[in-house]
Amino acid sequence: MIRAKEILKKNTMLIALLVITILFAILTGGTLLVPRNVTNLIAQNGYVVVLAVGMLMCILTGGNIDLSVGSIVALVGALAGTLIVNHGMNIWLAMIICLAVGILIGVWQGFWIAYIRIPAFIVTLAGMLLWRGVALIILGGLTISPFPENYLGLFNSYIPDFFGGEINITSLVIGFLICVIYIILQFVSRMNNSRKGYTLESPISLAIKTGLVCIAVLALSYSLSKHEGIPAILILLAVVVLVYAYFTKKTVPGRYLYAVGGNEKAAKLSGINTNKVLFFAYVNMAFLSALAALMCIARFNSAAPTAGQNYEMDAIGSCYIGGASAYGGVGTVAGVVIGAIFMGVLNNGMSIMGIDANVQKAVKGLVLLAAVAFDVLSKKRGKTA
Amino acid sequence: MPSLILEMKNITKRFPGVKALDNVNLQVEEGEIHALVGENGAGKSTLMKVLSGIYPYGSYEGRIIYQGEECKFNEINDSEKKGIVIIHQELALVPYMTIGENMFLGNEQGAKYRIDWEETYRKADQLLNTVGLRESSKTLVKDIGVGKQQLVEIAKALAKNVKLLILDEPTASLNEAESKKLLDLLLQFKKEGLTSIIISHKLNEISYVADKITIIRDGSTIETLDKSKDDISEERIINGMVGRKMTDRFPKRENVTIGEVSLEVRDWTVYHPLYAERKVVDHVSLRVHKGEVVGIAGLMGAGRTELALSIFGKNYGLNISGKLFINGDEVKLNNARQAIEKGIAYISEDRKENGLILSNPIRVNTTLAKMGKVSNRNIIDTNAEIMAANSFVEKLQTKCTSIEQEVGNLSGGNQQKVLISKWMFADPEIMILDEPTRGIDVGAKYEIYCIINQLVAEGKSILLISSELPELIGMCDRIYIMNEGRMVGEVSREEATQEVIMGQILKTSKGA
Repeated sequence: MIRAKEILKKNTMLIALLVITILFAILTGGTLLVPRNVTNLIAQNGYVVVLAVGMLMCILTGGNIDLSVGSIVALVGALAGTLIVNHGMNIWLAMIICLAVGILIGVWQGFWIAYIRIPAFIVTLAGMLLWRGVALIILGGLTISPFPENYLGLFNSYIPDFFGGEINITSLVIGFLICVIYIILQFVSRMNNSRKGYTLESPISLAIKTGLVCIAVLALSYSLSKHEGIPAILILLAVVVLVYAYFTKKTVPGRYLYAVGGNEKAAKLSGINTNKVLFFAYVNMAFLSALAALMCIARFNSAAPTAGQNYEMDAIGSCYIGGASAYGGVGTVAGVVIGAIFMGVLNNGMSIMGIDANVQKAVKGLVLLAAVAFDVLSKKRGKTA
Repeated sequence: MPSLILEMKNITKRFPGVKALDNVNLQVEEGEIHALVGENGAGKSTLMKVLSGIYPYGSYEGRIIYQGEECKFNEINDSEKKGIVIIHQELALVPYMTIGENMFLGNEQGAKYRIDWEETYRKADQLLNTVGLRESSKTLVKDIGVGKQQLVEIAKALAKNVKLLILDEPTASLNEAESKKLLDLLLQFKKEGLTSIIISHKLNEISYVADKITIIRDGSTIETLDKSKDDISEERIINGMVGRKMTDRFPKRENVTIGEVSLEVRDWTVYHPLYAERKVVDHVSLRVHKGEVVGIAGLMGAGRTELALSIFGKNYGLNISGKLFINGDEVKLNNARQAIEKGIAYISEDRKENGLILSNPIRVNTTLAKMGKVSNRNIIDTNAEIMAANSFVEKLQTKCTSIEQEVGNLSGGNQQKVLISKWMFADPEIMILDEPTRGIDVGAKYEIYCIINQLVAEGKSILLISSELPELIGMCDRIYIMNEGRMVGEVSREEATQEVIMGQILKTSKGA
């Protein structure tokens, strides 16, 4: 029983996500989970996932947040619009330039934060004003659109179906293949560990975990197959999430993020270059903001001066809902993805129900507070009582 | 027979899965100094938290009778109203407020919406005078040392009309002179009728001030010793605390041959990072051989930690000059990474502040200083890491639920073991241990001494910084004496006595 409790405690947010999904599925009469809407959910929230993953890196380094991401999205979007639409530049070259500009912005902010040691809150607040201003200057207050088909197709298309027919068999096959690969990987690593004499996870919990992952993947691929198939944007998201999950969990620089956030002095005395770690977090955040900008302009088919407003808040909210500590040093990519989906389902569910946009905002604020309060309280109870 | 001011009867306090206190009884007489001793985790602090209302009435079983009436405190304010004031080990002062503001924090003078600052500072100065602290009450707390801060805490307690003062490890971060001053102050207050309960690991201090000593072990009261009737020698108290005879507080070191010089420092001078004209370390030279434990004695502020940190990759100070040799070769270490690579480890004095990542598990803390050993091209081998952490937990007998336990949830002694694991994992040749046994219990201290012996037996060199002279005398082959930034003496194991070392320090102090 104690173990069941522990599993519950570790996965509170996952369970909360399931509850809210079921709730909205019922409230919307099932509309939330129809294949078309699932595809829609992915397209709507892709940018949140990308930004939230970047924001996690910043939050890990000590609870610092980056307020400038929304403005960077606007600025890079404006730049992309100018290059691609106004100057007709090759889209690949334009995208590389945009990502490079993102990195440059990050270098600028990271320099002030990590080497001059101006609090991140202030540097990025300045950035929020600065980059929004630059975006407005570039656009002259106007919106650029439409984007060429080849650019839109890159982000808004689906993996083509090679089989034809009612449902998209390709996406089913891909879902199935992912499950098989996942199971094989689990099996191989277990074999390896047992050969080297490492302690093994209990077979039951491994089976349950693997089973749940496979069910989730199959359910998603089935749902997508009934609409247009796997959206290109999902592949991009999967790559971002997997790369950063691996980075934070399995690499030395990733570990250093946690160390610097957990105790910067101790990290420094352990031989970690703490300035470099901080610098990286903010360069990376700006880079991912640029990536999100490229996604956003494709989704809206326009580069607008108001683009990206409040995106930083969505990203920060996802991190905290996903269990990142406001003091730094604690948080996972998986948690943040759950947090982002949670926010997405909430938004989408309420929109389908036709709830007034102003009411939606108020509800989101309350839910954010409730989710984090619930998490904090359940952890507190675990410690003292 | 004098009347009892406090009686705690059959106190039982449960945490999930653990009985922290099991039928504890404590009787304190009016006007005495009562010491509470026990190993870390024995339940001393828990008992005091029950008494002061931090754990409210109802969350424990048993009765508290104070000044003849039963008390049911729901929060600290309730107990403070009755004159019970607790001073915690970690001082609770606000650094950027003045001494006066701190003393009357939560107890402001004047009306609620019109604080009377004149009155505040007048009273504060008066109380500072009483505790013998010669500072203006308008000085910011951050500008005075820990010893003085401790006095401010006591003055703060006096401002609340304290009748029963509880001090949790009051001298843990004080040097011998400061500790003596504090203890004398307690004795003086005793004459004036104040009752105190003191929790301490320093047994010599307890035998100095306490009238009665209650020993707690594993959440139960073992016995209460009375100074006027019983034997209260250190050995006697230790026996009660650990429940076994500890014939020697310091383990014997056998068959360790002292080899070549491994670390040599010549003419090392360091200036203060903020006041660039102030020399913190002044032309210091020292040598440590392989297989040798070398101590550095000195008062707080003598520059020992600063010396260690500046050697360890210039992590302290400005304009560092001097030469550093490792195994005879001159080296230049510009950051901690280079120092680690050259085989130096610095085990910091403040494990929570500078040593460990409390929010992370034991596993992560263990490997942090040398991730290269459990990774390949920056990719962590999780299993190798788990094996490494497990092997250190086993080797040092760290008590924990698993290596995934957060370090913040471990007891002080076990945290210290994790910190030592971390640096042993880094495979250093020279280990600088800065106050390695501060705030941990006798049993854990003994284990740490054993680890030190084991390390020198492997041919490593140990530089031991400690404020506890018996520890230095018991453990070191040689002791350097440092005062006001300079090396003022060196004694061998044979010549080392507390009198000799303190004498050297006092003789060379400019102030005294």
